[in-house]
Amino acid sequence: MSLFVTELRRLAKRRVTRLLLVLLVLGLAGVATAFSFSSHKLSKEVVAAAQVEADHQYRQAVKDWERTVADCDAAKARGEATEERFGPNCGRDWQPQPEMFDPKWNLPYQFDFRAEFPTFIAVFAGAVALFAFIVGASFVGAEWSTGGMMNLLLWRPKRLAVLGTKMAALLTTVLGVTVVLGAFWTLAFWLIGRYRGTTVKVTAGVWRSIGLDGLRAVGIVLAIGAIAFALASLGRHTAMALGAAVAVFAISEIGIRIAVGVLSIPFGDRYVLSTYAQAWFMKQVKLFDYDACQFAKGQCEPAELLVTWQDSALVFGLGAAVVLVAAFWAMRKRDIA
Amino acid sequence: MTAVLEIEGLRKTYRSRKRGVRHALDGFDMRVEAGQVHGFLGPNGSGKTTTLRTLLGLIRPNGGRMALLGQELPRALPAVAGQVGAIVESPQFFPHFSARDTLGLLAQAGELPRQRVDEVLELVGLRDRAGERVKTYSLGMKQRLAVASALLKNPKLLILDEPANGLDPGGIREMRSLMRDLAAAGMTVVLSSHILGEIQLICDSVTIISLGRRVAYGPVDEVLAAHSQGAVRVRLEAVTDLPQAADTLSRAGVRVTTEADHLMLAGVDKPATVSRLLAERGLYVSELTPVAVDLESVFLELTATAPVPGQHRQVDQSTKVEGGWGA
Repeated sequence: MSLFVTELRRLAKRRVTRLLLVLLVLGLAGVATAFSFSSHKLSKEVVAAAQVEADHQYRQAVKDWERTVADCDAAKARGEATEERFGPNCGRDWQPQPEMFDPKWNLPYQFDFRAEFPTFIAVFAGAVALFAFIVGASFVGAEWSTGGMMNLLLWRPKRLAVLGTKMAALLTTVLGVTVVLGAFWTLAFWLIGRYRGTTVKVTAGVWRSIGLDGLRAVGIVLAIGAIAFALASLGRHTAMALGAAVAVFAISEIGIRIAVGVLSIPFGDRYVLSTYAQAWFMKQVKLFDYDACQFAKGQCEPAELLVTWQDSALVFGLGAAVVLVAAFWAMRKRDIA
Repeated sequence: MTAVLEIEGLRKTYRSRKRGVRHALDGFDMRVEAGQVHGFLGPNGSGKTTTLRTLLGLIRPNGGRMALLGQELPRALPAVAGQVGAIVESPQFFPHFSARDTLGLLAQAGELPRQRVDEVLELVGLRDRAGERVKTYSLGMKQRLAVASALLKNPKLLILDEPANGLDPGGIREMRSLMRDLAAAGMTVVLSSHILGEIQLICDSVTIISLGRRVAYGPVDEVLAAHSQGAVRVRLEAVTDLPQAADTLSRAGVRVTTEADHLMLAGVDKPATVSRLLAERGLYVSELTPVAVDLESVFLELTATAPVPGQHRQVDQSTKVEGGWGA
């Protein structure tokens, strides 16, 4: 227990942890603040004004249409060719209709908590995952490269217990940061919805769904923190995790995309990690195989492949497990020189 | 006496596709008695640090036996680690933490009282600089911090790898005094150093390692005596008598080298014999001095690392022993 508390203290004392936490808080606060300015509460007066504007636009459009038809008729009477300029039948078939002028188009943007907050959960998870990745990698990477890990092992010569305790301290910290900031993030957007947008239809079911989205966000943040920690421990340097992240991104998002494109592999995006990240937050992603379509034979319903969040759990879970097992195996077997 | 540290037949082999097989430790033996200051000497690459790292569980050996404080390693290492303070190679600490933070975290991990941090900071002379970041420290100050971290546990066995590295002359003297005080208080100290004069001054016993094997061990004076080869310098009242004296001593089985104004004798067990032999021939001695060897010359001789004019000795280029002295 003393080691766990020590590692929590060590992590909290680290400059990179403090700096990144401040940047994370400022970044999230900045997004929420900027967003609160871009959203406007739709009062009855604003809605009525939008309706008046739409009516005005409709009447103006009818006037313009009537003038155009009259001009066409006059031109036709002068024996001029009108079809190219005014369309067939002098454009009489294109009379504006009231439903073409939706008052919504004249409304300012209003944040809808129920419909849009899940997207902001993904934004939040992305930011905190980046924090977890850098802090996780540097926490153990710097310990290795500065000799801190060796010093610690001279005090606690139980390698797996030391590495495991360090990781537990990291994940506990990341979990704490995620939960606390997540609560503030939710509160901030609920307040934006309440006072600068709308929170209608936010039922218990919606909150349950938001809770599940939040749990998935916590899961991905913890997984990324653990993977970064394991990679840095495996390479005994922070740069190992950062390098691996760049390599995975380059291979997955560029290399595989090019390869599946060249080889015309159906549903190529199922081999790309970002598809699974998307499915994790969106619950599912539908992939289409347009290459299977033969448009010459008419309309085509392309073949579909559904990637679900359960598939994502399998991919990320397996990836994390492999890296973690490798890191702990290396810790147990490799000499510390 | 009780052995605090025992190593028998320790082996560590590194295999590399490029460099092939290298035996860092090749059946190394070592024994340190309780309450001693023990010098651990060897040229660069001889296996000193590998030995210490293996002993402390950082490196897995390929064979051999090790025991600390009477308990077999590596099985009992977690149990004895609390009684062993160690610094291995150059001191390395997280650069952005202060000395107090660094020691405080170690003390907390070791469940030691917070006041112990201040005690060791005082002991190594870092009290007034304890709040500064380690990255602002000189090498000598980092070395003091390393020693402080090793002393934090108030260990029964203190293992220090090059503790005087980077210290100023005053610091070296302070370190020497500290080692003596610790040993006087009952702590066993294993000291690895290249400052052989220091080792000779403060150590009760030594182990010399070369190419992963022990080439000498024992109390310092015994090791020196064993390698003094009974050298004696002899001067006579009349320089002209030197050839006759040389002849007389040679006939008596003494190895003699004639210098301009004196004789150098080797293999003399009792200098009094020389005096008696010469007096019987009417040759009178004006000086009869046993020539003392120092640890440096013994070290250079045993490890074959003495510099040779015109040659550039490479690391690992050292003597190959077959069951060295005392082995």
